[in-house]
Amino acid sequence: MSTTVTPPPRKVNRIGLDVLSYKGGKTTLCAGCGHNSISERVIECFYELGVEPWMVTKFSGIGCSSKSPAYFLNLAHGFNGVHGRMPSVATGAMLANRRILAIGVSGDGDTASIGIGQFMHLLRRNLPLIYIIENNGVYGLTKGQFSATADLGSKLKTGVINDQPPFDCCALALEWGATFVARSFSGDKKQLQAILKAAISHRGLSVIDVISPCTTFNDHEGSTKSYAYMKDHDEPVNEVDFVPHFEDISVEIPEGGVQDVRMHDGSLLRIKKLGRDFDPTDKLRSLTELHQAQQRGEVITGVLFVDTGKPDFHDMLHMVEEPLATLPESRVRPPKAVLDQLMEELR
Amino acid sequence: MSTTLVAPGEQSAGESDRRIINDFSIQVATVNGSGSQTANTVLMRSIFQMGIPVSGKNMFPSNIAGLPTWFTIRASRHGFVGRKKEVDFLVAMNAETAQEDVRKLDSGAAVVYDAPLGLNQIRSDLHFYPVPFDKLVGPVCPEAKLRKLVRNMIYDGVMANLLGIEMEEIGKALYKQFGARKAKAADLNMGACRAGYDYAAQHFTKTDPFRVERMNSTAGKIIIDGNSACALGAMFAGVTVVTWYPITPSSSLVESLIGYLKRCRIDRETGRATYAVVQAEDELASIGMAIGAGWAGARSMTATAGPGISLMAEFIGLGYYAECPTVIVDVQRVGPSTGLPTRTAQGDLLFCATLSHGDTRHPMLFPSNPEECFAMTMEAFNLAERFQTPVFVITDLDLGMNNWMAEPFAYPDKPIERGKVLSAADLERLGGFARYQDVDGDGVGYRTLPAATSHPQAAYFTRGSGHNAKAQYSEREDDYIQNMDRLAHKFESIRGAVAPPVADYNSRAAIGLVCCGTSNWAADESRFQLRDEYQFETSYLRLLAYPFNRDLVDFIRRHERVYVIDQNRDGQLLQLMRLDLDPAELAKLRSVRYYGGLPLDARTLTDEIVRQEGL
Ligand SMILES: Cc1ncc(C[n+]2csc(CCOP(=O)(O)OP(=O)(O)O)c2C)c(N)n1
Ligand code: SF4
Ligand SMILES: [Mg+2]
Repeated sequence: MSTTVTPPPRKVNRIGLDVLSYKGGKTTLCAGCGHNSISERVIECFYELGVEPWMVTKFSGIGCSSKSPAYFLNLAHGFNGVHGRMPSVATGAMLANRRILAIGVSGDGDTASIGIGQFMHLLRRNLPLIYIIENNGVYGLTKGQFSATADLGSKLKTGVINDQPPFDCCALALEWGATFVARSFSGDKKQLQAILKAAISHRGLSVIDVISPCTTFNDHEGSTKSYAYMKDHDEPVNEVDFVPHFEDISVEIPEGGVQDVRMHDGSLLRIKKLGRDFDPTDKLRSLTELHQAQQRGEVITGVLFVDTGKPDFHDMLHMVEEPLATLPESRVRPPKAVLDQLMEELR
Repeated sequence: MSTTLVAPGEQSAGESDRRIINDFSIQVATVNGSGSQTANTVLMRSIFQMGIPVSGKNMFPSNIAGLPTWFTIRASRHGFVGRKKEVDFLVAMNAETAQEDVRKLDSGAAVVYDAPLGLNQIRSDLHFYPVPFDKLVGPVCPEAKLRKLVRNMIYDGVMANLLGIEMEEIGKALYKQFGARKAKAADLNMGACRAGYDYAAQHFTKTDPFRVERMNSTAGKIIIDGNSACALGAMFAGVTVVTWYPITPSSSLVESLIGYLKRCRIDRETGRATYAVVQAEDELASIGMAIGAGWAGARSMTATAGPGISLMAEFIGLGYYAECPTVIVDVQRVGPSTGLPTRTAQGDLLFCATLSHGDTRHPMLFPSNPEECFAMTMEAFNLAERFQTPVFVITDLDLGMNNWMAEPFAYPDKPIERGKVLSAADLERLGGFARYQDVDGDGVGYRTLPAATSHPQAAYFTRGSGHNAKAQYSEREDDYIQNMDRLAHKFESIRGAVAPPVADYNSRAAIGLVCCGTSNWAADESRFQLRDEYQFETSYLRLLAYPFNRDLVDFIRRHERVYVIDQNRDGQLLQLMRLDLDPAELAKLRSVRYYGGLPLDARTLTDEIVRQEGL
């Protein structure tokens, strides 16, 4: 008796691409590094949403975290810039071509230490960029020194105690103008997926601070960025569901405690309250929650803020709809008569 | 020693009868923030309108109001527009500096001064013209709070009378300056001007020799500062992304560019901008944005000065290795921090040429006049995209912020060059590409643009130097060396593509002068002085770009000695040559340096060459 094996039909997304089309190079990060899980979520989300990978552009600074764009979306352009200055490169590129769907990956050192200036100014501009901070509280790539997000009193492997208070990048993002702010944990697959998908649909700056343990330098007893610490202290403020615009939106509305946010592309972000009365459209309230949670020693995660109504940077600059990069000469070089007139005025 | 020339046939025995026509410098000494700029511009323009070559140089403090500032206007029938060291005619409006300003004058100079200063007590070998400015301004300007500004126009009238500048030309210049919308202000100022003219006519007997007479040497010319000229060059290059952080002396470049863009680059149908201008948070960000934009296909630029260049170093090195086009205009000024930020220098030549760590070399263009500011800025965008690398346009405060006569700019006669960019159709045909492969033998690979070349094979990953020809991460020795060699080869291609120097060979000359940028004006006049006063002939080579090409070597070979002129202490232009030249050629080089913060003047140059040559 003979059997014929027919390969199972290739699984593809709504634009006919399989998940391999969203993969990157093989990771060179340590086994168990939180950053790798985040790369996997990025791959899944872009695949599941059926985004054309060649319309995506990846940006990063320097660090283990900043290496990770090489490990997802090989079909997207990438720019691995200089330490702490990914925001400026992304800004320039996105001005050149406003059709770029931009995702930036940074570390806590890259963002909150050397890059705090560019990060803060990025917040003012509402550039439609997905800005992921892979936050492990240390400089992984330079072998484990404290970064500016390390909590007061947390301990290095060498026994050194951190004596400076941390920056909370979500609080900064809330205060200075990001229009989508979330915190997650690399180990929470479901939450991170929903948040990432919402960020992909958001038009404006999304800041996602993901606690992403460094197994090699900051996963020990006494660290506040370890897997164990997160297991004990992760306090989701809400449960998020994402329904993409191309799926049947008329999902059943469950009883009470649910907030629906319509994203720019028509997708739906469904935010379920968990216990406490938390409203992610109320910026001041979220800030207060962040401060209170910090005092309690909790790490609150979930969607902390969303505002879909603000103009983005391109609108603020009143730019033409087409990419500046490919405007024809006739639209960027004024005719001779204009030069002649200008010369006449200078005579 | 004075270089003023006595007009031939007009010299007579008596000093008072000696007439010096269209060849003198006026220095107006005021306090900054006193609104003297309009009066100075009008004075300069009216001489220009009489067909006489002029130049104007503002020497101002790093301060907003209350410190001394000097504006020098030079009229030169020979067309010399560099700084003249000697002041022939002083307008002393600043009590604080008046005494010293007068003491510094050469014997025979003239002084218009605010009467209460009593300057005529200091010296007896000058021509003094006291003017009671406060008394004159009252009747012509009833509104007391405007008097401080209007007062300055009085000296324009006095000077017009003493020098023989036609009042119609003053009027024309003044109304042009104010524009139709400020006609009332113009009338007020014109009244002050007339009051000065009439006062001089009634009270002064002219004893100094300086006069203007109509010539025909400025017809058709324009007056413009180098920064505006660079801005126009950028606009007509089709610039699309401009990023900057304010710094003297480059701010006015971007500010005028913003003005031009708002006026000429708004899409007619949509009313939207075909450009983006971002005032960044610092130069770390402005260069990052410019590089990111160039990488993604914009014609991008930034403008800055030395302190900004210092901050940009790391990013520009990445731009070199990641091969991103962008244009950086460096309007050079003196030293870091509070180091004479409002004074000029050529102090960034060496720094820019090799900016950043690792082996890096950057092309630089050296305009010396507004026409070149326009044309070279435009060309810089072509070079940047053609060779996929940051390109510097190196000017300085003297060129950038001062007003210069120029020929009207020529509209570009060739289309914009966008360089090697692959389209989706190209990729379809080729079946892929290797970003850093030297396909054409010029060291320049083909690139794709994110989200513009929308094709599954368009993407590549951009990073620093650690990559192979396919843009894959690599730390292999052979990949690294290959890449470095290709980049070196690319720089050789650039050497063949940048503008060759302008040469003036003199068959009777054993020595040559070499310089770049604004040193040209002193060099040009110094050659005249050396011939006229010392019967000493010179050849001349003006470098328009770095990397230098064969012409420099040929020039050195054909002369016994070559003086390299630098406006910096360490002979940076000469040091740059050391990177390229053979010992035999280097042995012929001599250095002439000036680093006092003022524009180099011919006399300083002449004296130094005379000293070194033992003439
Ligand atoms: C200008 C500059 N200074 C210092 C460094 C060295 N450096 C490389 S990565 C890094 C820290 C990265 O930390 P983080 O952003 O937290 O990334 P992680 O490795 O932890 O993911 C530092 C200091 C550098 N590359 N550039
Ligand atoms: S050192 Fe830490 S951050 Fe870097 S790859 Fe290893 S686990 Fe990740
Ligand atoms: Mg880190």
